[in-house]
This record gives sequence, C-alpha cells and structure tokens, in this order.
Amino acid sequence: MKLVVSSSPHITGKETTASIMQKVVIATVPAIIASVLVFGFRALLLTAVSVASCVAFEYLYEKLLKKPITVNDFSAVVTGILLAFNVPSTLPIWMVVVGAAVAIVVVKQLFGGIGFNFANPALAARIILGLSWTSQMTAWVFPKTFSGDAVASATPLTAYANGAGEMPNILDMFIGTTGGVLGETSALALLIGFVFLVATKVISPVIPVTYVATVAVLAVFLRVDPVVYVLGGGLLLGAIFMATDYTTSPYTAKGKIIFGIGMGVITVIIRRYGSMAEGVSYAILLMNLVVPYINRCTRQRPLGAPKKVKEAK
Amino acid sequence: MAVFKKLVRSAEGAKVPHNKNTENCETVKMPVPSRVYISMQQHIGAPAKACVKKGDEIKVGDVIGTAGGFISADIHSSVSGKVFAVDEMLFPNGAKVQTVVVDTDGLQTVSENIKVPVVTDHASFVQAVKDSGLVGLGGAGFPTSVKLAPRNLDEVDTLVINAAECEPYITADYREMMENGEDVVEGAKAVKQYLNLSKVIIGIEANKPQAIEKMKNLTASLEGFTVATLPSVYPQGAEKVLIEQVTGKEVPQGALPASVGVIVMNVASVGFIARYLKTGMPLVTKRITVDGDAVAKAQNVEVVIGTQVKDVIEFCGGYSQEPGKIIYGGPMMGTALTSDEMPIIKQNNAVLVFGKEKAVMPAINPCIRCGRCISACPMGLAPVEIALALSVKDSEELKALCVDLCMECGSCSFVCPAKRPVAQTMKEAKDFLRKADKKN
Repeated sequence: MKLVVSSSPHITGKETTASIMQKVVIATVPAIIASVLVFGFRALLLTAVSVASCVAFEYLYEKLLKKPITVNDFSAVVTGILLAFNVPSTLPIWMVVVGAAVAIVVVKQLFGGIGFNFANPALAARIILGLSWTSQMTAWVFPKTFSGDAVASATPLTAYANGAGEMPNILDMFIGTTGGVLGETSALALLIGFVFLVATKVISPVIPVTYVATVAVLAVFLRVDPVVYVLGGGLLLGAIFMATDYTTSPYTAKGKIIFGIGMGVITVIIRRYGSMAEGVSYAILLMNLVVPYINRCTRQRPLGAPKKVKEAK
Repeated sequence: MAVFKKLVRSAEGAKVPHNKNTENCETVKMPVPSRVYISMQQHIGAPAKACVKKGDEIKVGDVIGTAGGFISADIHSSVSGKVFAVDEMLFPNGAKVQTVVVDTDGLQTVSENIKVPVVTDHASFVQAVKDSGLVGLGGAGFPTSVKLAPRNLDEVDTLVINAAECEPYITADYREMMENGEDVVEGAKAVKQYLNLSKVIIGIEANKPQAIEKMKNLTASLEGFTVATLPSVYPQGAEKVLIEQVTGKEVPQGALPASVGVIVMNVASVGFIARYLKTGMPLVTKRITVDGDAVAKAQNVEVVIGTQVKDVIEFCGGYSQEPGKIIYGGPMMGTALTSDEMPIIKQNNAVLVFGKEKAVMPAINPCIRCGRCISACPMGLAPVEIALALSVKDSEELKALCVDLCMECGSCSFVCPAKRPVAQTMKEAKDFLRKADKKN
C-alpha cells in the first residue's frame, strides 16, 4: 500500500488564483458592454486586441525565459481588459499592443511575474501611453448622449476643470454616455461589477469606499462639485478595479483605509490644483509605491501579543 | 464594537466544510483484535517506560508503562493476554517509540488492581487523574493531572469545556455529549469542586444544536454552569481562540490559560473523569470517528487502545477503494500515516481514509499577496510576511511577527488561492526561530 504523507492541512478551499481572476473578468463584463454601447464596436476590438496581446506577451516571455507558463491563471486577461478600459476608443490598435507589452513585460514580468509587480500593470501602461502619445490618449469621441444634447467637451471632468461650456447631466454620467476612456464612463456598469466583486468576496469594499468617500468629502470641502468629481472621471474605474489589485494594495484592514484615504487626497489635489484634469492614475501609482510601508505600519496585533509589538530593527 | 475589533485583528478563520457524516452514528464497540500495539508515547512530554517484558501475563487496567517524567503519563493495558514483545515502532513524526505488543486472549479479564479511587480533596483528585492515565483527548495529549495542578491554582476560577469539535468529519466529541452527557456534567462538577472553581463554560459550535440543547437541559439547575454557542467557523476549538470567545480574555504570548484564570479541557476528557471516579478503570478505550471516501462504512467506533488502524478499517467494512492517504485526526491538523499498521493512541479522535484523488494536494502557484492568510489567521498573524522573513532568514523579523504564536491550525493553507503550503512554511519558520534563539 502506497500512502501519501504530507504536512497538514489535508484539504483546501475552492478558491484558486484562476477562479479569482475569472470573477474579476466577469465583473468587467457590464463595463465592456457599456463601452460597446457608448463607443461602438471599436471598443470591443480594442479590448480583444489588448487581451490577446497581454496573454501573448506573457506566454512568449515565459516561454523564452523557460519559466512556468502562467497564462491559465487569467491574470493576463484581467490586465488586458483593464488596459483597454484605460484608452480612448479612437486609439490606434498598435498603441494598445505597445501598452500590453509595457504592462506585461516591463511592469509585471521583469519584476518577477504575478505577485511581484510594484505597480498595477494596466495602470502603469496607461501612464506610459499617456506620456508617449498624449494627443491620441486624449482624443475623445463624442457619443450620443442619453439626454440628446451633444457634449461640448471631452470628459465631464475636463469640461469642469476648464470651466468650459455645458456640463453633461448626472444621468449621462451615471449611465456612461459621456466622453472618456472605454471603461470609465458608465458608473452604473462599474457599480454592478463592484457589487459582484464584493458579494463573491474577491475584494473587500474598504479600498473603493474610503477612496471614493475621501474624494467626495474633500470635493465638498474645497467647494467643487462632488458629483462630477465622483462620476465625471476615472475615479470609479480606478477605485474598483485598479486600486484593489492584490499585489499593489495593502493586505491589512487598517492599511486599506489609509491607502484609500491617501489616494483620495492625492486625486483631489491633482484635479483641483494640478495642471491635469485627471489624477486617479497618478494617485494610485503613488500609493502603490508606499504599500510595503503601509503594510509594515498597520500590522495586526496578534492574540496575546503585547499591546505594542516591537518593530524589528 | 465588532468593526473596530476587526481592525485590530480580523481573525476570520476558515469556512471549512463540516462533513459531519457520522453525527447520528451511535458508537459501536469493536471486538478486541488478536494483537494490539500499545505505544509508550501517547502524550506530550517524556515517553513512559515499559515495565513488562516478553511473556508476561497482563490484564485489563494493569500498568504496563510508567510515566517517564513530570510531564508524562502512565500507560495501562487495554487488553488481557500475553506480552508478545516489547519493541520499537516508527511513528509518523519520525520518532522510534517503545511499544508493548500484546497477544490478546479475548477474555478481557479485569485487573485486580482496579479499584474505585478515594477522592477527598484537590491533591487526591489530581492523584486519581494521574493514576487514570488521562491525557487531553482533544488531540494534544497534554497530561491532565499536570493541567489540573497549576501553580496559581487559587487564581483559577473557570473551567472551559472544549466541545467545539471544529475539525471536519469528526463527531466523536458530539457522540460523547449525546451518549454520555451526564458523565460530562458529573466530571465537570468534580473538577469544579476539587479545584474550587466558580464557573464552568461548555463551548459548543452552533452546528450541533442537539448537543447544545442537551447540555443546556442537563446543566440548567446547576450553579455556575453555562453553555456557550460558538460560531461554526474553524478553528473555534483552538484553546486561545476558545478562551477569548467565551471569556473575552487574551492568553498572553508564551503563557498558559491558567494565567488568565482558566483551565480548558476537552469534553471527552471531562466525561472520562466521571467514569473513572465511578469505576476506577483507567483510560484503555477510545471513541474514534472513522470516515473518508475510502472506507466502506463511516461510523463512530469504540476501540481498545493499541488497535491497529487496519483492524479498525476492517471492522468498518474494509477499504472501499485503494487508500491514498490515512490521517490520524481531522483533515486540518491531523497527521498523515505512513502505513495502516499504526496503532490507535489515547489522543486519537478520528481515522480518516481518503482515496488517491483526495490524497494529493493541488499544484502550488506563486503568492498573489491577496492577504487571505492574514484575514483568516485566528491568531492575527501575517503568514505572507512570515514566509518572506523566513526566505531571507531574518530571525529578528520573525520574532517581531510573533511566529511562535502559530498553532498550526492550517487556516492559512486552506484559504490560500495559490494553494501554497502556508501552514508548513509557518512550521518551518517556528522551527527556524527556535534554533536561532538557541544559538544566541
């Protein structure tokens, strides 16, 4: 009789890395549908190309370096969708492919692959694309609005920052019939994804809620329109899908609160006082960088441990 | 405020499946096998020393091994018959342990040394418990007589009876309450009386409503007794977790429950004390749950200590498929056996047999730093950071992360989506820190 002898425990839970990533993919479906309805079929084309190139780059990199192939874990698919969510529908296809290369090869794989990236790959790629091809990355189309009026400016947030012309109404911003990158315009679709992610325990609601709440409260405090600040830009997309990336967000409950508030403060400062209308990407990126410190400073107190755990070194 | 408590320590535990398939299986007494293997190490601490030799005729209840130190316990013969050999046997932890092999005569003649103990005060009570050979039956096997004589006895006021039985599959403790509930109450009354305690709290997980009702009825008229319903989340039965749950007190790092005025005993241990005080028969049999997908008939069986696992399986209808893994105890903390020739020891409460498919754990993937291990850890530890500190051999950091508090409950491994053997890494980290401390 040949028996397997292994260390306990001898059973494991159902959740796997792949099942988590699949749920994130499902959570993005409402926003994908919204992007197609708002921006047309090109939105789907960009998403498909982005996903395909992310998966291909991951496979090729791992194959080339003779590392275990991890494309089955769906994390590259998630990165691909999120990257597409961060570009306007008019972006040349080849630029998305460049973005995928930056996200997967530079930000993810060069730092050691899944679990080791210092920043969210899709977000870092968005920033690099934005810096490299600023005009293409802000070439918004003007979708048919729910209210029927043509929107005078690109994104509601830009319009608001420039103080130019008419603002889209709240319903347009909520449904998503405004200018912007693919995934950010429809608050409704993003919120459906958010509810799904929280209900299936893929993410904790703490980061998105503290992030959005901080932005809203500060907006009121600084006498800018909190509705436009919350619905008019990339805040919900960033808060729900980008800031909750496991590897680049704190894993303690206290840390998540600090992380959310930090992003909220930076976002509002950039939007209100900076030269850019949008600040979500940089806010998340900056907070990504301090995650190791947040984790360290917000450790739980173990049961029975002294009230103040002495810091090593 | 529950929300603020979560910020200090989320300690969610693991939502393990219950699989209490045998909860309604009344305990079946297994006939005495033709040969038993009685180990001299059936407890934490120094092994007992065999005091019989080949050819000796022995009877049920005879002392065949004497305690080998302060933290140790006597071993009694569970059968009548002739000593076939006093040998060494390799146990799953890799230790070679002296084992008395007995050819049974099937008569189960009771030793003439068995008499009802005379108990009048704390000292005679502790002596009686020592003579009974009782060790913690929940799984740890800590000698009960040592536990019942803490240095700060006058500061101890609460007995917590651990009837959580949070491990999947196992129902042996549940059957103890359903079949011997009166013994549990009598045993608890004895401990309360002789240790001069004021409170007895029986902690039972919410997934055993019948046991909760039964114990509530049995203790309704007794002063100082309460039955606490525990959430059905693993590991409620972990000593420090249980104490915090029912008393709100935190056992300090490195201290025993007695330091917060509490003694914790497993429910089967308490029931045994009542029976021993009545009959004087030492601990020679054990109720175990036999379950798993590779055993024909899952049930609760009362076996004589020293019965080989293969005999137990045969009594339960044999293997229903080729076994891939046999576990002493539950699937979360149990020990995988190297062979089915291992004998049942005092603190075994289950034998689980799984087929080839369930025997192998899934492939390991890279850590995605999701933090589920941190949220789950009932002690509030950070396994992901401990693993990192171990990988760079940083003993200072391991100390700061309080890795010594890990009780190896396995919650971290269970919840890990990357299927990493996190609990095993924690064990390695504890071991590394112990060795590093010794060096300094």
